[in-house]
Amino acid sequence: MSALTDLSLAEMKAGLDARQFSAVELAQAHLDAMAANRHLNAFIVETPELALTQAKAVDDGTRSGPLAGIPLGIKDLFAVEGVQTTAGSNILKGFVPRYESSVTANLLRDGAVFLGKLNMDEFAMGSSNETSAFGRVISPWKAKGSDAELVPGGSSGGSAAAVSARLCAGATGTDTGGSIRQPAAFVGIAGIKPTYGRASRWGTIAFASSLDQAGPMARTVTDCALMLTSMCGFDAKDSTSLDIPVPDYAAGLTGGMKGKRVGIPAEYRLDGMDPEIAALWDQGIALLKAEGAEIVSVSLPHTKYALPTYYIVAPAEASSNLARYDGVRYGNRVTPAGGNVHDMYAATRAAGFGKEVKRRIMIGTYVLSAGFYDAYYTQAQKVRALIARDFEAAFEKCDVLLTPTAPSPAFAFGAKADPLAMYLNDVFTVPASLAGLPAMSVPAGLSASGLPLGLQIIGRPLDEMGVLDAGLAIERAAGFSTRP
Amino acid sequence: MSEAPNYIVKGATGDWEIVVGLEVHAQVTAKAKLFSGASTEFGAEPNAQVSLVDAAMPGMLPVINGECVRQAVRTGLAIDAQINKWSRFDRKNYFYPDLPQGYQISQLYHPIVGEGHLDIELDDGTKKRIGIERIHLEQDAGKSVHDLHPSMSYVDLNRCGCALMEIVSRPDIRSPAEAGAYVAGLRQLLRYVGSCDGNMDEGSMRADVNVSVRKAGQPFGTRTETKNVNSVRFIMQAVEHEARRQVDLIESGGTVIQETRLFDPGSSTTRAMRGKEDAHDYRYFPDPDLLPLVFDDAFIAQCRGSLPELPAAKRARYESTLGLSPYLAAVLSAEKETADWFETALAATAAKVGQPVTEVALRVANFISSDLFGALKKLGKEIGDSPVSPDALAELLALAADGTLSGPLVKQVFEAMLETGEGAASIVEQRGLKQVSDTGAIDAAIQTVMDANPNKVAEYRSGKDKLFGFFVGQVMRAMAGKAAPGVVNDRLKALLEV
Amino acid sequence: MSVDSQTVRKIARLARIAVTDDEVPGLVEQLNGILGWVEQLGEVDTKGVEPMASVMPGNMRWREDVVTDGGIQDKVLANAPDAASGFFAVPKVIE
Ligand SMILES: [Mg+2]
Ligand SMILES: [Zn+2]
Repeated sequence: MSALTDLSLAEMKAGLDARQFSAVELAQAHLDAMAANRHLNAFIVETPELALTQAKAVDDGTRSGPLAGIPLGIKDLFAVEGVQTTAGSNILKGFVPRYESSVTANLLRDGAVFLGKLNMDEFAMGSSNETSAFGRVISPWKAKGSDAELVPGGSSGGSAAAVSARLCAGATGTDTGGSIRQPAAFVGIAGIKPTYGRASRWGTIAFASSLDQAGPMARTVTDCALMLTSMCGFDAKDSTSLDIPVPDYAAGLTGGMKGKRVGIPAEYRLDGMDPEIAALWDQGIALLKAEGAEIVSVSLPHTKYALPTYYIVAPAEASSNLARYDGVRYGNRVTPAGGNVHDMYAATRAAGFGKEVKRRIMIGTYVLSAGFYDAYYTQAQKVRALIARDFEAAFEKCDVLLTPTAPSPAFAFGAKADPLAMYLNDVFTVPASLAGLPAMSVPAGLSASGLPLGLQIIGRPLDEMGVLDAGLAIERAAGFSTRP
Repeated sequence: MSEAPNYIVKGATGDWEIVVGLEVHAQVTAKAKLFSGASTEFGAEPNAQVSLVDAAMPGMLPVINGECVRQAVRTGLAIDAQINKWSRFDRKNYFYPDLPQGYQISQLYHPIVGEGHLDIELDDGTKKRIGIERIHLEQDAGKSVHDLHPSMSYVDLNRCGCALMEIVSRPDIRSPAEAGAYVAGLRQLLRYVGSCDGNMDEGSMRADVNVSVRKAGQPFGTRTETKNVNSVRFIMQAVEHEARRQVDLIESGGTVIQETRLFDPGSSTTRAMRGKEDAHDYRYFPDPDLLPLVFDDAFIAQCRGSLPELPAAKRARYESTLGLSPYLAAVLSAEKETADWFETALAATAAKVGQPVTEVALRVANFISSDLFGALKKLGKEIGDSPVSPDALAELLALAADGTLSGPLVKQVFEAMLETGEGAASIVEQRGLKQVSDTGAIDAAIQTVMDANPNKVAEYRSGKDKLFGFFVGQVMRAMAGKAAPGVVNDRLKALLEV
Repeated sequence: MSVDSQTVRKIARLARIAVTDDEVPGLVEQLNGILGWVEQLGEVDTKGVEPMASVMPGNMRWREDVVTDGGIQDKVLANAPDAASGFFAVPKVIE
């Protein structure tokens, strides 16, 4: 029944409603696909029994809702009660939460079926999925005429690979500086990070609290809209959750761009920009113009400072957020012979965290330490305020912004061994994260080597609808239909 | 205010003055914790009052308890402090097994309460104003138990996440006595406000004691911080010992190092913490899981309106309006419960007697401070569990005021009230303890006494006036104390003089 | 500002991450690379700019003072590497 896995999420929903197939059949088709694609290493844990039980309940009519029977993959950053949740880290290997994250609870409330926990960069720190303690995730894509394995992007690389390879209808992702958008672009799918505060962070393992947002990854903009409505919503358990009603995004989706002003930020046209990326961007501009949008040039003057700002703020928050992994209450403990409790901490954390996580914890510890706090952290938060101000000013002239998602197509493993080279992957995605804005990536074309390229749409606070509409317009106009 | 005479530590090289600042941690009175819905009650099974948030499970988030905000603001108003309508929480990062998050949520940069003060009074009556720099809200840590296993420490997170107010004094304190008076005064104030129960043996209030020494006129010396001292007496001892130690150290050629120390109640001394870690660098930064804490003037006004009359004001009023002695005013205003009890009894007595409170205040105050306190002390009870209610006391005092009960009878009836819990009137009724003013019965008793003591009658009549007291005593005894003393006096005079 | 091996050891100690002698030179180089790069923020004129206090504007909501949680010792201890008699157990802490 491989055809079932080819359907879009919306088509699966329609098929289930029309009883063309059962939820169990749909779940089984995906479980089979997962089994056949284990070499991608997209899943850390597969939960076939859970999935089939949930699907059966949908078929029985005891579970229902807007996503009834839809088979989803869950990034391993979300606590799923009774299922190992590790954030892709050794330090949490074997950790089984006795609670359900608010986002996954929302999806379960709406009838979704969980296929398993998706691989990711350790603690969501990475852009290639090479930092996972459970091994790298391999993109289902290959460059034309090459057999080299490619990265799926990151940190939601397992989610990207699984959705792209048709192992699930959609997946949850999280985005701190681009972790939904960049992998979505790398594998030719859509993904949206909502406004900061739309999706509850409760029960989602924290990387950088002021930046982390959950969002959906799926093969179409409509599918993203369906999942987004379910995942978002006010949660009293998260103090930063927005107490503002969430629209039915799928119902409101029109894709209409007539009269919309699309801003093109001049500063995103970097020196030495990959000509393919520049061409894709120009093509996107032309498409939206053809759809009736007005193209306006805008300026985001502090763009070049976004990445360095991010690499102060995010590690600082992470150094504190990850202090709880100390081997006392959960996780793997390492006690050196004759060591005291502080030696236990140091050994536990040295063994439990990977290189990139340690690096970021150390950077974060340094920038917060006595004598350096103002120069680094306070200055970064001031620049961050300026970056947010830039966007505010730009949105006086336009309704959405259009930019490339990533500076390059997917690359080969090991291609970005230097941390700074890796960090540059997020150059286009990080500014919206710093400002808390909704932003999405939609597949818009192929590189010369036949690899997917994405365009990013950034919206005003709370205007996920506007972002999705522009995304749908590009999706339709670009007609991206290539699959791995 | 008059300056207290300087407390001096005598050293080999001369006199040293001491400088003390206190950081008092007071647990906020609230049912639930500062950032979680777990209970704050004392004495539960280990880890039974712990939420997933308190245990810092991955992905858990804090949500603030509004009552703790309210209590902090009320406390700030009670020390005349500036209330900050915009404040924020910061993370204080350090590793310790009783700190699950790896950071304490506290307020460094923008505390909820700014500058205020507390006026203290020493035993010799000298008064002094101690500056309070700030009050901030923060989470308490859990508890490590070190003596249950030879090589392991056990961690209980029940207290972890309870709201604390950290009340930071200025270094205005100059003697152990001032330190003691400050903490006692603060405890009294917090209990009045109702923002902390002040149970120091349960750890609801404890102080970090910062001490340095200097020669008069010199700048501040290097200070040490003695952590978590949990009684007024211990705080005074910690100050005294630490000052002495520093003077001895400096005079023997050493230098005081800025360090954290522990107080040992057994020896009344302080010692450096053994498990001392590298110099602390707490890497404070605003907690990104929380938004700024903001409220308006209406909220502050509401907090102000909910404050009771505070101890200093109450004490002054007892002296000036009710005419109580400074001693009685201090004793009756020491605890809010006592003051409330006194004021309820006072109002009830005044109503029953039909006189203004100013008329009966001294009688009520005296009875409470001597008879009631004495009885409670014997019974080992607090005023809150007094077997005699303020109303019942008022009834008793009214029976005394209207002449039904004589002084000795009042005491007798009060004893019976304590024993039986019954009201004064019904005891008087049942036991026939009513004062007798009937001249017939009194005359008869006088006659009996006179008949039994003819020689004394003769002596009296021949001018030995002093014997009058003897006859009064005999008559009262004959009438089992029930005779109205005034009538006895009048009748005795009349009959003896015949 | 650049970090030396002593600073790296100090940071590692603060962060409670054990580092071996072999790891230190690499960390010195990487941290200096990253810190040198982020230091370009120093060139931004931020005079009079308030640091961002919250991502989305708004004030904090307050919870009611009601006990809604706790009584879940089993869940709290469920993943503990070492627990005994209802406590978490750790190597002896000396104060
Ligand atoms: Mg202190
Ligand atoms: Zn404190």
